Amino acid sequence: MINDLANPTNFERWARPTIPVLSWLAAFLIAVGIYYGLFNSPADYQQKESVRIMYVHVPAAWMAQMCYASMAIASIVGFVWKHPLADVAAKSTAPIGAVFTVLALFTGALWGKPTWGTYWAWDARLTSVLLLLFLYLGYIAIWEAIEDKTRAARIAAIVAIVGSVNVPIIKFSVDWWNSLHQPASIIKAGGSSIHSSMLTPLLIMIAAYMVIYGALVLQSMRNELVVRRIARLERQDIGVSEVKMT
Amino acid sequence: MTAFNAIMMRDIVLGFRAGGGAFLTTIFFAIVVLVFAFAVGPDRALMSMIAAPVLWAAALLSTLVSFDRIFQTDFEDGTLDVIVETADLLEVRILAKAAAHWVTSCLPLIIITPLLALLLSLPSGTWAPLIISLIIGTPALSLIGTLVAGLTVSLRRVNILITILAMPLFTPALIFGVGAGRTSGFSDPAFAPALLLLGACVLISLIMAPLAGAAAIRANLD
Repeated sequence: MINDLANPTNFERWARPTIPVLSWLAAFLIAVGIYYGLFNSPADYQQKESVRIMYVHVPAAWMAQMCYASMAIASIVGFVWKHPLADVAAKSTAPIGAVFTVLALFTGALWGKPTWGTYWAWDARLTSVLLLLFLYLGYIAIWEAIEDKTRAARIAAIVAIVGSVNVPIIKFSVDWWNSLHQPASIIKAGGSSIHSSMLTPLLIMIAAYMVIYGALVLQSMRNELVVRRIARLERQDIGVSEVKMT
Repeated sequence: MTAFNAIMMRDIVLGFRAGGGAFLTTIFFAIVVLVFAFAVGPDRALMSMIAAPVLWAAALLSTLVSFDRIFQTDFEDGTLDVIVETADLLEVRILAKAAAHWVTSCLPLIIITPLLALLLSLPSGTWAPLIISLIIGTPALSLIGTLVAGLTVSLRRVNILITILAMPLFTPALIFGVGAGRTSGFSDPAFAPALLLLGACVLISLIMAPLAGAAAIRANLD
């Protein structure tokens, strides 16, 4: 199947009907997740109603990391096996992952104000997510900077792979830095494990985010393939007007 | 090994001769420290407290502006093609480039650090940990910088791009470097762990930078 998908026409045939299915599934899951999250789950005894921010925040933070992982895996596949669609997938994942990262930071700040009393703290987890955002931005910037697509794909793949090797190191260093400078952390350690009444909406929202990612990345990959086709045709001096948009 | 030495010596000589930029980097380093000092104000207690972090941050910033030189002129005049074409192991040659960068851009900074530490009223007992942390930690900056310079070699006006790419990768070295460098002495319990972790960062960069750097150069010269 992976080899089949290397052919853009096959990919197009497979992706086109899949995107609306995923989109409607995402809309359904979001609706159900929001209903559960806002109306059908208990408020926290300590955080009161603000705990409901969790249902948009935790999935975003989760996706921020998952997108980086899939970007790195796609980059390895693209770099080692020169799989043309893997490069496109990695490139398409980066902005989506960056948006999830911003969303996680933003909702986290909104959640931090009522629970910790501050929008931002130099907590280890916050700091490493912020650095993750810079890894995304660097990856996007290198794609933008290199004109030749084949070369850009290889260089960007190296950036993603080097970044993924460094993610755990950065995480560890920030943990260490934080424990050194802020012995009294504002986040309560541990706490009771999450109750099923909150876990259900959380899992639904995580599923919704993943399906949204699926729909967005497929659409973004289609766009990228069309852009490349137009560029190729322009190089061949064929009028763009002849390109039939699919 | 002869190629390693030849490339390293050539880069060192070029770096210290006119237009090489080694002295400019050093001046830039001093200016960054002075800017911090002026911004903080003449409060000696506060200044001595932030001296070690400021010196580390200044070292990081001044190496950042020197990375575009590592491969740029070699790329423009074709030397880089010769280096790549004649290489048995391009990785070793990348390592030579990184070593030369350290000698021309990091070593001078470390040499003038005591002078700047004096200006920042850093207590003299704490100089040794700071300088040791710089000696051990700055190779990580040179190695990562060489890798990032390799990634951007075929591009123009890359300074901001280099900064974006290098910043997250520099963070561990900065954290552990300052962690070791701001301690009160070798007997401080925080000194040894931070220094060991800093060494670990350098060793990881020592593997990562030549491998990824060589791959990047090859991709850029295709």
